[in-house]
Amino acid sequence: MANVSLRSVRKTYPGGFEAIKGIDFEIGDGQFCVLVGPSGCGKSTLLRMVAGLETVTSGEVDIGGRVVNEIEPADRDIAMVFQNYALYPHMSVYNNMAYGLRNRGMPKPEIDTRVREAAQTLELAGMLDRKPRQLSGGQRQRVAMGRAIVRQPKVFLFDEPLSNLDAKLRVAMRVEIRKLQRRLKTTSIYVTHDQLEAMTLADILVVMNGGQVEQIGSPLDIYRKPATTFVASFIGAPPMNLIKLSGDEIRTQFAGDSRSAAEAGILGVRPEDLAISGEATAGGGITLNLTVEAIERVGAETFVYGTRARAEKAVSATPGELPEGEVIVRIPGQDAPAIGASIRASAPRDKLHLFSADGRNRIDI
Amino acid sequence: MVEHRRWNDILAYAILTLGVFIVVFPVYVALIASTHDAATVVNGNMPMLPGSHTLENYYRAIFVGGSRYSREPVGQMLMNSFISAAGIAIGKIFISILSAYAVVYFRFPFRKTAFWIIFVTLMLPVEVRIYPTYKVIADLKMLDTYSGLILPLIASATGTLLFRQFFMTVPDELLEASRIDGAGPFRFFKDTLLPLSVTTMAALFVIQFIYGWNQYLWPLLITTQESMQTIVTGIKKMLTTTDELAEWQLAMATAILAMVPPVAVVVFMQRLFVRGLVETEK
Amino acid sequence: MEKSAVFKGKLLPYLLLVPQLVITLVFFYWPASQAVWQSFLREDAFGLNSEFIGLENYQALLAQPEYYKAMATTVVFSSLVAALSLSIALLFATQADKNLKAAPTFKVMMIWPYAVAPAVAGVLWLFIFHPTLGTMARPLRLMGFNWNPMLNGNHAMALVVMAAVWKQIAYNFLFFLAGLQAIPRSVLEAGAIDGAGPYRRFWTITFPLLSPTTFFLLVVNVVYVFFDTFGIIDAVTGGGPAGATTTLVYKVYADGRLGGDLGGSAAQSVILMVIVIALTAIQFRYVERKVQY
Repeated sequence: MANVSLRSVRKTYPGGFEAIKGIDFEIGDGQFCVLVGPSGCGKSTLLRMVAGLETVTSGEVDIGGRVVNEIEPADRDIAMVFQNYALYPHMSVYNNMAYGLRNRGMPKPEIDTRVREAAQTLELAGMLDRKPRQLSGGQRQRVAMGRAIVRQPKVFLFDEPLSNLDAKLRVAMRVEIRKLQRRLKTTSIYVTHDQLEAMTLADILVVMNGGQVEQIGSPLDIYRKPATTFVASFIGAPPMNLIKLSGDEIRTQFAGDSRSAAEAGILGVRPEDLAISGEATAGGGITLNLTVEAIERVGAETFVYGTRARAEKAVSATPGELPEGEVIVRIPGQDAPAIGASIRASAPRDKLHLFSADGRNRIDI
Repeated sequence: MVEHRRWNDILAYAILTLGVFIVVFPVYVALIASTHDAATVVNGNMPMLPGSHTLENYYRAIFVGGSRYSREPVGQMLMNSFISAAGIAIGKIFISILSAYAVVYFRFPFRKTAFWIIFVTLMLPVEVRIYPTYKVIADLKMLDTYSGLILPLIASATGTLLFRQFFMTVPDELLEASRIDGAGPFRFFKDTLLPLSVTTMAALFVIQFIYGWNQYLWPLLITTQESMQTIVTGIKKMLTTTDELAEWQLAMATAILAMVPPVAVVVFMQRLFVRGLVETEK
Repeated sequence: MEKSAVFKGKLLPYLLLVPQLVITLVFFYWPASQAVWQSFLREDAFGLNSEFIGLENYQALLAQPEYYKAMATTVVFSSLVAALSLSIALLFATQADKNLKAAPTFKVMMIWPYAVAPAVAGVLWLFIFHPTLGTMARPLRLMGFNWNPMLNGNHAMALVVMAAVWKQIAYNFLFFLAGLQAIPRSVLEAGAIDGAGPYRRFWTITFPLLSPTTFFLLVVNVVYVFFDTFGIIDAVTGGGPAGATTTLVYKVYADGRLGGDLGGSAAQSVILMVIVIALTAIQFRYVERKVQY
């Protein structure tokens, strides 16, 4: 049972590259924390610093009230599931799970009990004598999980553990991992670049970018109130539409609303919050005039890609996927306007997000 | 490709059969010679079919030796060849897996220096420094010993490079997982790296065994007693008498005996052999 | 290429290196430096006195017509063996690369001579082409060819070349075959669609793509001829007749052993070392990608 605290943690590589630029946060006992961000954002490095596989340049990593900066990975009371599983290819499933326990000098009967218990939980009971290469991807993943579980550590560390599985299995394992963690109540840190995985697994979500934390919070809070345009476009798929506002627009739309609205430079609206309607919405919402460029029907819903009149350009944010001037509208069902048609998409005022012109600050209206 | 498949195949078979004939012919002749008596062999018109003296020739070659001049039987030589070949192979595997482990899995001052000291040995085969090496062995009182036959031939970088190359392909995560599982450098080596290296070790063994078995110049120089000769050097000595007096049928039987072990290794461990050869590239 | 995950360890890595370093220093660096040192000395016949004479050994060596002869012999021998064994091996490898049912059998049949000791290979060929009792000598003489490698230098050279080529085909075959099999079929298929026939495909696609292998083998073959053929020459001709098959390496051996001229032999060793280092340097340029230290 342990909290994990990071205090002004930094990592600078010998070449001078600053991978982690000062990170502070705390994960409560038994919580499931997900680090999410694009590749190269430092999320794996941070996890490996908690594991003890990377040295900490400055700051403190604290596990269960003990600063572990100088402690060997084996003595930190953590267990890790690697992206490529890192199973010992020459050892049986049983020995893969038992190895860490044996190295710690645990008595044989207890090792046996723990391994069999874990195998039961993970439905590996019939495969204990097999070698990793005789297992499917999903089974290997479970062995990697088993190796972590048997140790009964204070903290589980997951480094993109599902990214080598196919889409269907990934969803199933995602649910498994969450159920298991709920039952074991072990503090967990999970690294992923998949925002869907992040949203569904996390108690606390940490969105990272460029070696820094962009936002910390519960997944839904982050979805509802993204703190920066980066978070806004990273969390949620398809990403939030971001529209650069001209001074005039601000004055006419948001003038007098709040003291800070005048500073706003970017307007965000999620595709699912836009509706296609004949007329402008009342009550200070927005209406966009779009020319339909493309339609994607995925069954339950349809994405309409429209371009706006030249005056109202969209911002391409990092990692914004929308080209300038394009807006996505997400509508339920399969009915969609024809390509080339002119439509009006509108959203009510309480669904709008305002950001400062540099995208670094959210402005509440 | 579909074009004149048949023709193509027939041509290929013809050329390859010719190739195999060229490759096999000298050995076939030797094999035949080892089944005839001395008179049939030296008259210059030896038949191309086996004779009736097979057992006699091989028995004499292995256990008795030559008749006219006192020639050692090759039984002992076979043993010497075997011991030195196995010694070279095992010795090289032993020293090079350790040094490769140090160079790949540790960071320490003078690491690159150590690597280069070992690496440079690739450039100079023993033949180039033959007399000074002989002198070192003589000074160390290792003439006519197995250590003398073995040690100078294991001073080379091929094994180290081979293991280094293999270690680089072992995923870093295995080491990280081992560290989290509480294994130190010794345990990681014993429990994980060594079991994973078995194939590489076997491949190196095959190549080095053949290399050791086939040594000629070095054993020729440092063995003065007949009882320490290897079989490859022994054959030559059977022929140093005047040609007409040389017992060619025994020499050929010995040649066959000298070929059988390394050739058997290549044929029966073909996959390991090819792997070892291609990966050491030398 | 470096591992990022490593152990700390202060003493252990040095302990691991000790066996190899000791053996390398005692049996490699020490003799090699002795060779260099000795090449500047004159030793009396009993090895009791030695005198520093600077470059005199080298001067004496370079004034010897025999030395240039050995050099020429080495060049002729190397070129013949390399050219013949490479082209014959390539011919066989291209045939074995065709999708034949019996290809694996042919492969084993072609590669096993690698395992035959050079000295043994020499004895086999000597026996076949022995002037009086050789199986092939009689037909040659019947054809009116006065075959005698014991007396005729060219015949002796031909004999050692044959034995050396015979043994080296296996190695070259194996690497050519691996090289051929690494060429993507699709490239050849594209060539076929572009209208190139088998012959044209070989020279315009296969052969250029094979050139790294060919180059690698060329260097390895030359080094092979320099050193590994010692056993063949010693077993077949003993460097004769009249030095016709005395290569540089054989001369180092013969002068040191038979002539007892250790200083001269050492000077030859040093020159040989320089040649080999130059050759290997060329080879490393090729292997560079693999060894990035």
